[in-house]
Amino acid sequence: MIEAENLTKHYGSYTAIDDVSFQVSQGEILGLLGPNGAGKTTTMRILAGFFPASEGKAMVAGFDVFEQPLEVKRRVGYLPENPPLYGEMSVDTYLRFVATIKGTAGSQLRSRLSQAKDRCGLGDEGGRLIKHLSKGYRQRVGLAQALIHEPEILILDEPTVGLDPNQIIEVRELIKNLAGDHTVILSTHILPEVSMICERVIILNHGKIIAVDSPQNLTTRLGGGQSIQLEVAGRAEELPALLETLPQVTSVSVERVEGTHQSVSVETQGSDDIRHVIARKVIDAGLDLFQLSAQRMTLEDVFVELTTEENEVEEEEPV
Amino acid sequence: MRSYRAIVQKELHALFVSPIAYVVLAVFFLVTGFYFFFYLTGVLDYLMQQGLQAQQFGGNPPPFDAPGIVMQGFFGIVSFVLLLLLPMVTMGSFSEEKKSGTIELLLTSPVTHLQVILGKFTAFMLFLFVMLTPTILNTVLLYVFSDPLPPLAPMLLGYLGAFLLGGSLLAFGLFFSSLTENQIVAVVVTFCVFMILWVIDFAAGTASTLTNETLRYLSVLKHYEDFTRGILDTQHLVFYFSLIFLGLFLTSVSLDSLRWRQ
Repeated sequence: MIEAENLTKHYGSYTAIDDVSFQVSQGEILGLLGPNGAGKTTTMRILAGFFPASEGKAMVAGFDVFEQPLEVKRRVGYLPENPPLYGEMSVDTYLRFVATIKGTAGSQLRSRLSQAKDRCGLGDEGGRLIKHLSKGYRQRVGLAQALIHEPEILILDEPTVGLDPNQIIEVRELIKNLAGDHTVILSTHILPEVSMICERVIILNHGKIIAVDSPQNLTTRLGGGQSIQLEVAGRAEELPALLETLPQVTSVSVERVEGTHQSVSVETQGSDDIRHVIARKVIDAGLDLFQLSAQRMTLEDVFVELTTEENEVEEEEPV
Repeated sequence: MRSYRAIVQKELHALFVSPIAYVVLAVFFLVTGFYFFFYLTGVLDYLMQQGLQAQQFGGNPPPFDAPGIVMQGFFGIVSFVLLLLLPMVTMGSFSEEKKSGTIELLLTSPVTHLQVILGKFTAFMLFLFVMLTPTILNTVLLYVFSDPLPPLAPMLLGYLGAFLLGGSLLAFGLFFSSLTENQIVAVVVTFCVFMILWVIDFAAGTASTLTNETLRYLSVLKHYEDFTRGILDTQHLVFYFSLIFLGLFLTSVSLDSLRWRQ
């Protein structure tokens, strides 16, 4: 559905993205992840036809973005980083305007207008002026604007920014529901969001792709060890020595002591889940086990690991 | 076509919900109305004196084209007020879109730059129409109460001239607005450029050298004055149409350049 081939964009001497290639198939949700200034917005702007790449080629819905921009634009719904809203318009007037310039008319326009408003939770806000709306509602109008012409492809630049936690959950649900008949590219720097919504993630840093995979694979690929927290009661002096006999365990430390309760943290390596083995060891040692919980290396750790390999200075993205 | 109409509507809506449109209209009606009254009473006083003198010394008063003088004065002030006010109408046209990011919506929608530019330009021309139309009342009163009836041509052509002059101001206003995110810069540059074009023929000497002729030709006011005298010369039409075309063309180049430079 979307094919980016060797996209490069220079702003003067600054290279915003450098040789970025990827593909998105129909119905997929792709996440673009990266620190500020990594080139997420630039990539999305190129795909949406806002400006062309300095080098490379982008095909969207079977059309070349540079050669047949109108065909592409008809099929793409785009939510820029700052929702492009006219403050003096009411929500309805605005959405009707956007729908018209996107090529919707007549009864189709009316049904899509109410549908987009329902989907984005704007049902009762139609008559309000956009400048009087809160940030969260503006973001929803921005989202409705991207959806209004039922595009095959949605390009959403940080769609959950500025929303409150409940709205974030709603928007994530909304995006998930859109997948299937819509192809979605979204950018974010909120990591849990990516693991929640996206089927595939591209991690960008300094304009280059440094990893492409599913969130699960990314976390397992990089070490994928576990960190296990135990709470035990009894004489735990021998516990570290006991657990270190297991091949997967790399380190054991007793962290906190409250009365007879002790908190032990165990670091493991490899993708094996050895919680049950540890539980058995603890019980066999005659200790009481109160709690056992494991944390897999999160996408957050992967992200930090991948993006801080070199010492870097954060660069501001030029607008 | 539907997109074009939607853009015209959007732009008119934006104009009429902002206070600028009302301030511009109020100032325009006030100033032109006042000057019309001022010219008319001035001319009537003069005629009265002439009449008295003629009575005292006998003979007829010299022939005097009162409506013509009033209309020329009136259109003179119209042109000046248009120069002051129209840059304010166009100043936000693109700079505001760039500043608020709505330009991203327009440029990622399936509309051509031409549709966007012509849509905005049409909306501004309609606004100019709204500005000029009520002043027809003055003209009609002057026409009806003149005896004998004055020739119609200077009045009609005066309005045509005002439209063309206003159109070139609006076209260049669009262009300068597309160059910047700052409305103030847009309005100041538009005003200054036209201020220079207004008086550029002052720089021309009396000799008929190529430079002098060119300077004289570039004066936007020189071309306008012929219209108010009732002269329809294709050279003036060509001048204003080229100016409007140039302004719109430069706007489209400037919009394209958003795509190369950034």
